[in-house]
Amino acid sequence: MTSTGSAARWYVAAVALLVASIMLGASIGAAGPAAWRVPLALLDHLPLISIDAGISEIDWNIIWKIRMPRVVLGMLVGGMLSIGGASYQGVFRNPLVDPYLLGAAAGAGLGAIIVLTIARDTTSNWTVDPVPVAAFCGAMLTVFVTYLVGSGYRGSGQSGTTLVLAGVAVTAFVTAVQTYILQRNADVVREVFAWILGRLSSASWSDVRLCLPYIAVSVIILFAMRRHLDLLRVGDEEANALGMSVGRTRLIVVAAATLGTAAAVGVSGLIGFVGLVVPHVVRLAVGSSYRNLIPLSFLVGASFLILADIPGRTLQGGAETPIGVVTAFLGAPFFIYLLRTRAAQVAQ
Amino acid sequence: MSGLTFDTVDVSYDDRAAVVGFSNEVASGEWVGLIGPNGAGKSSLLRAVAGLTDSDGVISVDGRPLAAMSIRERARHVAYVAQNPITPEDMSAFDYVLLGRWPYVGRFGAESSRDRKAVDEVFERLRLIDFRERRLGELSGGERQRIVLARALAQETSVLLLDEPTSALDIGHQQQALELVTELRCHQQLTVVAAMHDLTLAGIYSDRLVMLDDGIVVADGSAAEVLTAERLGDVYHVCVTVDIDPDDGAVVVVPRRGFPVDGS
Repeated sequence: MTSTGSAARWYVAAVALLVASIMLGASIGAAGPAAWRVPLALLDHLPLISIDAGISEIDWNIIWKIRMPRVVLGMLVGGMLSIGGASYQGVFRNPLVDPYLLGAAAGAGLGAIIVLTIARDTTSNWTVDPVPVAAFCGAMLTVFVTYLVGSGYRGSGQSGTTLVLAGVAVTAFVTAVQTYILQRNADVVREVFAWILGRLSSASWSDVRLCLPYIAVSVIILFAMRRHLDLLRVGDEEANALGMSVGRTRLIVVAAATLGTAAAVGVSGLIGFVGLVVPHVVRLAVGSSYRNLIPLSFLVGASFLILADIPGRTLQGGAETPIGVVTAFLGAPFFIYLLRTRAAQVAQ
Repeated sequence: MSGLTFDTVDVSYDDRAAVVGFSNEVASGEWVGLIGPNGAGKSSLLRAVAGLTDSDGVISVDGRPLAAMSIRERARHVAYVAQNPITPEDMSAFDYVLLGRWPYVGRFGAESSRDRKAVDEVFERLRLIDFRERRLGELSGGERQRIVLARALAQETSVLLLDEPTSALDIGHQQQALELVTELRCHQQLTVVAAMHDLTLAGIYSDRLVMLDDGIVVADGSAAEVLTAERLGDVYHVCVTVDIDPDDGAVVVVPRRGFPVDGS
């Protein structure tokens, strides 16, 4: 439990972190204006503010057309994966799950692979990039099938455990299909892996426009369901006895989190660890109440992904490190550190 | 008007009948103790009232069938305390008790100052003010049980269902919890239905005992009428003696060594 005043301080800190991350993300890159001019240039483009940042038209295009879509997409995807993870953890009362639990990642991967292999010719004339669309549809369809399978047993339709097990089974099946298709199309393995490992490098404003409506709807619904997630912490039965329809709540939360996750995965590929590690970091600061956990996870997750995208831009010069590698590289040791710290605290 | 009415209530799981044709009237403000061996149907009956399991027949509160109420409306009439309630360790006692106001809060709204005041009153009435900001993980079993009761009271219902409310407590905390329920019952005219394993405590605290066996009522009456050595031997397959305290008439069930006469 965190007092209201303490929680307010964390909100201020999280907003400050996000603003700093946006400025940093917009300022650093292989080419472009001096980093210190970028915040001035951004301020200059705000209404009623006029500052001479001293940058050229080309520099501004680098900031606005190359870096800012990347930063905004990182913010949306990072925030979405984080509250998706927090919501899944709440609805399944399991701190070790992430938003890919019910097969969203596997389904998105299969959708992308189908477009990059079997359907490459048929989709080559599309005016929109077919990979994000296919990944989005694959993720939604796979989670839908998981829900159908998990709810198909009489008396277990509301059980979180049954859904999780259904997710494991459907994910295994979809992954097997992925592997089969890849084995038959070895020439695109590199391209597929580049997508699977996550990417923000080719982000554009059209990517932002593509995912924004879905992520916005998802975020609004999950924000509205914060109290429901808190009530679920006392168990399905007691939540039911207190007047909450548990099955309906679980369906709404899973549907909303999946919608946003599928949109995020569609435009960015599979970025791991964010949905798992960010809610845990936030829990350490403000406790487990979803009233604070959901909004703060969005803010911290957004900042985390913007920052995680920066080393990838510069570490290897021209060839960028996939952001999924960076998040795992940063997230895994940090998560282990958190677990050890918490274990030590419990032991005392 | 009757507090809680059961009209030929059946509860079954797949093909197994847990409660068969249960009919009873629990008066407003009455405490009825449900007793019987494991699997007799006590918990199933309580779960049916709380809406946690399907049932046939009619269960009414103050004359209104529960089946006709929405899930939130039901929670404004009936509070249920589970046998082993989940109490999140890092949740504060206040936040936990505040969950009891859920049936009164709009679907996407937040608790009002009236809800918070109601919770504060419960903390005061139960003399739990010192625990208000404590995390549940820091509390002892007895303290946690009182907080769980506080949450049920925050629901401001007319019916309180207790499923083995003291099974995890030592005798001191058992007594404290049951005294607390007694006090609240008198204060708020609560109708209490409690499934209990300790027959002596059930007899002392309940106005009336209903004994179930295999889902069927085998006895219904005062402790002295229901708790006879012969009946307990038949139903529980146990050797006991039943003593009546000459001072207050309390019925005391004392287990004795040996196998029951029928050996079943």
